[in-house]
Amino acid sequence: MKNQEQLATLTKIITPYLPDDVSVASIDLNSHFIEHLNINSANLVDIVLDVEDEFDIRLENEDMDRMQTVKDALEIIALKTKEKE
Amino acid sequence: MDTAQIIAQLPYSTPFLFVDALERVNQEGTIGSYTFPKDAFFYEGHFKDHPVTPGVILTECCAQIGLVCLGIYLLQQEMHQAMGIGLSSTEMEFLKPVYPGEKVSVQSEKVYFRFQKLKCKVRMRNSKGEVVCKGTIAGMFKNEADGK
Repeated sequence: MKNQEQLATLTKIITPYLPDDVSVASIDLNSHFIEHLNINSANLVDIVLDVEDEFDIRLENEDMDRMQTVKDALEIIALKTKEKE
Repeated sequence: MDTAQIIAQLPYSTPFLFVDALERVNQEGTIGSYTFPKDAFFYEGHFKDHPVTPGVILTECCAQIGLVCLGIYLLQQEMHQAMGIGLSSTEMEFLKPVYPGEKVSVQSEKVYFRFQKLKCKVRMRNSKGEVVCKGTIAGMFKNEADGK
């Protein structure tokens, strides 16, 4: 999957967890999940679990700690998908 | 860790402790019970002249027995004051009323415990074995000393 496709897939995963006052259009590479998108830590766990299912990968605690922005998430996804191959 | 130790570590007290006994705990879930005292504070106002246990209290009872007791067991560590528990979501259905003095039993089943988030399915039954409420409850168990 190319980067652009991965971003689209990730955006689709994030969307249902966005608070009502945050629009899908505000998701970009530099979006910080908690600070910009206003997603709480409990919902961030669900996003990670959905990412795991969608990309067939498994994230560890350190990945979770590192996953602050959309860009971080894409890097982790790319890395884990590569490890799998 | 035995069931008495888990109850001793619950961070609640009267009038907001809704666990009398914990009958079973394992990696997958818990079973416990509680009897609603006839003179519990909420019956005075819910409802006027017609006391029924509020749904939020039934939810709290399910959360304490089903989620928090299981979380303490899974973490297998003492609940220091720095340990924070926060309810993050509840999705409940209420099927039958629970009146003052009724004993209920709660059974929980773990959906997942990942990244400090515990999600459980819970089911509360009355003494006749009828399901009075059921649903899904999730919470975060965090070490506040980490600042997370």
